[in-house]
Amino acid sequence: MDWTALWLSVRLATATTVVLLAIGIPMAYWIVFSPRRWKFVIEAIVALPLVLPPTVLGFYVLIAIGPLSPVGRAYARIAGHGLPFTFEGLLLASVLYSMPFAVQPFSTEFASVDRRLLEASWTLGVSRLETFRRIVLPLSIRGIVSGVVLSFAHTLGEFGVVLMVGGNLPGVTRTVSISIYDSVQSLDYGAASQTSLLLLIVSFLILASTYGLQRSVWVKPR
Amino acid sequence: MKRFFCAVLLVAAAACSQPPEPRSRAKLRIAAAADLNAALGELVARFTASHPIDVTVTYGSSGTFYAQLVNDAPFDLFFSADVEYPRRLAAQGKTLADSEFQYAVGRLVLWVPKGSPIDPARDGLNALASRTVAHVAIANPDHAPYGRAAVAALQAEQVYDAVRHKIVFGENVAQALQFVQSGAADAGIVALSLALAPASRDAGRYAEVPLGEYPRIDQGGAILRWAADVESARAFRAFVIGADGRAILRQFGFSMPAD
Repeated sequence: MDWTALWLSVRLATATTVVLLAIGIPMAYWIVFSPRRWKFVIEAIVALPLVLPPTVLGFYVLIAIGPLSPVGRAYARIAGHGLPFTFEGLLLASVLYSMPFAVQPFSTEFASVDRRLLEASWTLGVSRLETFRRIVLPLSIRGIVSGVVLSFAHTLGEFGVVLMVGGNLPGVTRTVSISIYDSVQSLDYGAASQTSLLLLIVSFLILASTYGLQRSVWVKPR
Repeated sequence: MKRFFCAVLLVAAAACSQPPEPRSRAKLRIAAAADLNAALGELVARFTASHPIDVTVTYGSSGTFYAQLVNDAPFDLFFSADVEYPRRLAAQGKTLADSEFQYAVGRLVLWVPKGSPIDPARDGLNALASRTVAHVAIANPDHAPYGRAAVAALQAEQVYDAVRHKIVFGENVAQALQFVQSGAADAGIVALSLALAPASRDAGRYAEVPLGEYPRIDQGGAILRWAADVESARAFRAFVIGADGRAILRQFGFSMPAD
C-alpha cells in the first residue's frame, strides 16, 4: 500500500478544497447576482472541466505554467523554481479541474434563496456583504457542503491532469491514482487492488456521510 | 410527443445496426508499443500495398496492453516494447504456440530542444549534471524498459547521483519526450525512434547513448490465441521480421536482434 501517495492525495484534495472555498464563493455570488449580460461566458468557462478530457486540461496547464509561457517565466522569477512537477503546479491544475464541482452547487443554492428576504434586508440598510453573511450563507449551507465534498472527492480521484503535469515524483506529485496506475503497469496487481479498494471505501464513506448528514439534524432540511 | 420518441427510437436503432460490409477483406488488429508510432505506420503502409488486408493499430503502453490481453482483449497481434510481456502471455496460454518473435532492439538517446545550451554530442549524459539543468525527463523505470535503460546509463556514466533529484517520470517514453518539448523539462533520455519521428526530428538535437551502457531493450511480440485471421497475422509478422521490415525498422531508429 502506497501510504505516501494516499497522504499526498489527501493533502492535495484538502488544499484544493480550501482554495475553491475561498475563490468559489465570490465567483458563485458574482454569477448569481451580477447584472452583467455576458456572465454566461464565465459560467461556460467554469463548467468546461466537466466536459473537457482531463488530458486536454493537463496539456494546456503544462504549457501554460512551463518556462515557454510568460506566466511560467514570471512565476519562476518570483519563486525561484518553475511550477511544473511541483505540488503548487498540481494544486493550480486541480483547482481548475475541480472548479465546477464547487462553483455550481454554490451558485445553484445562492440562486434558490428567496429574493424577497435579500431585498428586505437591503431596504433595512444592511450592507450587501452583511446580507450575504447573515442570510445567503446560512440558507445555502447544503450547497456549500455539497460543493466542498464534491471538489474534495473529485480531486482525490483525479488522474489525467496529474499524469500530464505531475512528473510522478514520490511524495510531491505521485498521487494515489498515479500510484495505482503504476502498480498495474508494473504488473503488481495485488498492490493495485489494495490501494483501489481503499480509495473506493474512502470515497464511498465521504459521499455517504455527506448525503447522510444532509438529511439529519445539523443541516436543517428545507 | 409520442411521434418524437418513435423517431428517436428509429434513429437510435439505425445507429446501432451495423452497416453491411463486404466480407472479402481480411482484418488485422494490432496492439503496439508507443515507441513504434512512426515505424509501424510505415510498415503497415508498405504491407497493405501488397496485401488486401485492413490493418488497424492501437498504440499504447505495453504494460496496459498486457493487462488487457490477460483479459482477452480483441487484438490479433501484439508488438511489445519488452519481450517480457509476450513471454508472460505465452506462459498463460494467451498466445498462439511458437508465435513469439523479436523484431527490434531499442536505442537510447539524450534529447534536448533546439535552443538548449546543452550540447549532447559533446558532453553526453555528463551535461545533465550541470546547474543549468533543472529537470531531466525519463520514462518510469518501474515499468518502462526505456526508463530502466536510462537509469542504467546514468549509473554507467556515474552521473546518476548528481542527476537523481532532477529526474521526472513520464508515464511512457513518448510522454518523457513531450515533457521536454513543452519546455517543462530541460532534457530527456528517450528512444531514438521517437527522436527520429517527423514530429520531433526538427525540434531538437540528440546524441545516442552507447549501447553497452544499458541492458539491451529487446522488443518482442506474439500472435494472440484468439486471432481472428491467423494467416494475415502470420503474414504481417513475417513481413516485419523479414528483410523489408528490418530495413524500415532500422531507418526509424531500431537495431536488429542479430546485430
